[in-house]
Amino acid sequence: MLRIDCPCCGPRDHDEFRYGGDASIIRPAHDDPDFEAWYRYVFVRRNPAGSHREHWQHVLGCRQWLIVERDTRTHSIASVALARKPAPRKSAQ
Amino acid sequence: MRHYSALSILRNGLAGHRHWQRAWRAPEPKRSYDVIIVGGGGHGLATAFYLAENHGIRNVAVLEKGYVGGGNVGRNTTIVRSNYLLDGNTQFYEFSMKLWEGLTHALNFNVMFSQRGQIVTAHSADQLDSFSHRANVMRLNGIDADILSRDDVRHLVPYLDYSETARFPIHGAILQGRAGTARHDAVAWGYARAADGHGVDIIQNCEVTGFLHEGERIVGVETAKGLIAAGKVGLAVAGHTSVLGHKAGLELPIESHVLQAFVTEPLKPMVDQVVAYGADHFYVSQSDKGGLVFGGNLDGYNSYAQRGNLGVVREVAEAAIALMPCISRVRLLRHWGGVMDMTPDASPIICPTPVDGLYLNGGWCYGGFKATPASGWCFAHTIATGRPHPLNAAFSLDRFRTGRTLDEAGVGPFAWLQ
Repeated sequence: MLRIDCPCCGPRDHDEFRYGGDASIIRPAHDDPDFEAWYRYVFVRRNPAGSHREHWQHVLGCRQWLIVERDTRTHSIASVALARKPAPRKSAQ
Repeated sequence: MRHYSALSILRNGLAGHRHWQRAWRAPEPKRSYDVIIVGGGGHGLATAFYLAENHGIRNVAVLEKGYVGGGNVGRNTTIVRSNYLLDGNTQFYEFSMKLWEGLTHALNFNVMFSQRGQIVTAHSADQLDSFSHRANVMRLNGIDADILSRDDVRHLVPYLDYSETARFPIHGAILQGRAGTARHDAVAWGYARAADGHGVDIIQNCEVTGFLHEGERIVGVETAKGLIAAGKVGLAVAGHTSVLGHKAGLELPIESHVLQAFVTEPLKPMVDQVVAYGADHFYVSQSDKGGLVFGGNLDGYNSYAQRGNLGVVREVAEAAIALMPCISRVRLLRHWGGVMDMTPDASPIICPTPVDGLYLNGGWCYGGFKATPASGWCFAHTIATGRPHPLNAAFSLDRFRTGRTLDEAGVGPFAWLQ
């Protein structure tokens, strides 16, 4: 059973999460005219047998998008982090 | 290779079954071959057989990392059908069906092909309309298809949920009478034996770990049993295409996902056809031993583990009892997972590659078993001639670049396609 240690909610069953695919894929700039870049963004995947950085969203929890580093052969999870960095905390007024 | 016949059974039976020849040899690899097929599953073995049978290329080796029949050819739900809608798929799978119909004789090995028919239930008037559309396309291509009313379905498969409280009431169904099942291990063994009979070397426990290059061209493989030279190399390793493709320098539009399948404790004969649920993802047939063999959806994340998670077991079981409440108390005997190459359009890839000397057969998603004969036939043609057969011309690797995808999702008669 996959269990993902959500930084907000703690360890939760992966059924609470939605899979978002390979997190190493970077979307080209909106005005990028390079066909190859768009082709690779849409279709090409490295698909490793081993460590894989991937997106998961905690849809039945905090709804945060996470980046999970998981071994695709064993499902062991090396790290979980928020996909976007939290905004810097404002100092107390 | 000795011919199997009623007489051979009688003769060997009288001799106490002590003199059966082994079904295929276990040779050590030669230093070089005209063609090396990587992957001793159904597709790889079929390719080797048709290379010898159709093209006279007999100096061929099939390299299998485990044992013949230990991969996806032994991990499917054994369903064979040809009810595809889109040009390219329709003709390819029907050609495969025709090969299935003669396969036991062609291989001199009983693959137990049973054309028991496949029924896909429709759960709204719209869905039944879309099935009619598909049936028309199939018939225009010379493929049998029938549209069933609710009463027809009830007559054929009375054990489904026809009650007032059914979550998705059955409006009708599409039936392909020539669809059915085959004994999947026998398919692997039959092709292995027939290919071996043509002189093909089948080498088990021989994992391919890399490729030999001469300039840009691939001229052989590195294996667990040493270096082996080859005029041409064909990959038929669906599930692990990315792993070997990456070593050969290919960039591929493939993700590996795990698909689970299930078998229940044996029951008396009940499910006479293959039945698929039109309102969810569930398909079932009954094996000769009595177990209900069924499957559902992918687990839904990249995986090379040949096992799945319990959430999908629950989902499939829910779909099963929504359609067939009578099996709610039946116990599961076992379940297992297979690793699938998933392509973006869920159609396969059979083509020459940009790497000289390398040919690719993969991307079978969850529909590879039924394609085994045609896949081998077309891949053998592609390797022998260097060009795709008309039947696999649509399954090119560059269709994603050129926008000619075959977006049928591989699943059968569903309506979202047009």
